[in-house]
Amino acid sequence: MPAHIAVVGASLAGLRTAEQLRTAGHTGPITVLGDEPHLPYNRPPLSKETLATPGDPSPEQLHASVAFRRRALVGDVDFRLGRAVTGADLRQRRLVLSDGPEIAYDGLVVATGLRPRRLSLPGPVAGRHVLRTLEDCLTLRGALRPEARVVVVGAGFVGCEVAATALRLGCRVSIVEPAGAPMSRVLGAQLARAVQRHHERAGIRFHTGRCVAGILGREHVSAVDLDDGTTLGADVVIEAVGSLPNTEWLAGNPGLDLGDGVLCDNLLRAAGADRVVAVGDVARFPNPLFDDLPRRVEHWSIPADTAKRAAATLTAQLAGREPDPTPFTPIPSFWSDQLDLRFQSFGSPALADEVRLHEGDPDHLLGGVLATYHRRSEHVGTVAINLPPARQRELREAFTALTPAA
Amino acid sequence: MKVIVDLAKCQDHGQCAIAAPVVFQMDEEGKLVWDGSPDESQRLEAEEAADVCPVQAILIQD
Repeated sequence: MPAHIAVVGASLAGLRTAEQLRTAGHTGPITVLGDEPHLPYNRPPLSKETLATPGDPSPEQLHASVAFRRRALVGDVDFRLGRAVTGADLRQRRLVLSDGPEIAYDGLVVATGLRPRRLSLPGPVAGRHVLRTLEDCLTLRGALRPEARVVVVGAGFVGCEVAATALRLGCRVSIVEPAGAPMSRVLGAQLARAVQRHHERAGIRFHTGRCVAGILGREHVSAVDLDDGTTLGADVVIEAVGSLPNTEWLAGNPGLDLGDGVLCDNLLRAAGADRVVAVGDVARFPNPLFDDLPRRVEHWSIPADTAKRAAATLTAQLAGREPDPTPFTPIPSFWSDQLDLRFQSFGSPALADEVRLHEGDPDHLLGGVLATYHRRSEHVGTVAINLPPARQRELREAFTALTPAA
Repeated sequence: MKVIVDLAKCQDHGQCAIAAPVVFQMDEEGKLVWDGSPDESQRLEAEEAADVCPVQAILIQD
């Protein structure tokens, strides 16, 4: 009997893995299981275009605007949606669902991604938002009315994108960030401060170095207390304080390392399990382009890259072949649109201990800025702000010249 | 093979021009130009370009 592959998680990584399993020559049945009711869709627009589109669309219309096209390649893949996988026995190769019978498989793909971390603060629930799913986006859209007082907690990329969109929609927007200037973990202090000044000139108010100490209101959020005694009036609070990997369903399987996502080797095989691979931002794997330390990577390019490699690895294993041992060295990349700025990142700027500014003036980001990021002098990342798209190839290719560390 | 770009969605990210440089290019003003009926030999790269488009604006039709 041909092997059955179960893909747990029906977002970008799950979809791309199903496609790549077919491309890699797997002819047996493939089942993709997702807890959301929708076929795979593209999440980045949810903080930007989809959040800002005028009108009163239904969830179906909103989904249609961001759904991934379904390639003929995966026409026979069985998508089972709207049911969570709640447990797995990797020895017996069986999955437990929130409802319905168990599912047996021969090979398993872990593609369950992340969920937003929440602030652990008491107070009213109404008016507190996160942004990960289509439903989150739909709820938040309804709340972002002109003149609404919006407090975004967390000045990472998602927080800044949502703040920018809310400002465009006519809201009064503040960002609270304990760590300092926005996105400084990736951009470095100098560029981060420049972006903060840029966003402040547009009308976003920053409260950096401050924590949220309390959320006030009876039935609905009315204000946010900061740890310096400041009170910010708030109709909407958006919690953009990072993510947690969805791995609870794998608990109880000895040998797995679920310390931060699923620990994998460089070929994306889950440590301590047989015929199990992990893909997307739940996979913690070493990238020899940088070093041998396994990391999770929350960049948009990673689902497609890991899907390709994991599918090849798993297909080989199920066919009784040794997987291709060539080192897997994806070049992480992502973009972000905030007001009139477009950020483009290649590599891993967050690893750097030094930032070198090559082009442009941080006080005039609109004119274009190029910075490279270095660790012990070695080039590990590039960030371009408002550079023409024609330059991207050259920026990306700087990494293909890197020699993987031994 | 037909390559269709939804210009209402396209935001000139330029990822397609990296994935399939024969089919897609960014012109000097940073705008996308593309071959609407490329040779069949370009199929794999064109599919890859559609996959990596951040706003999923590219449609490949047989």
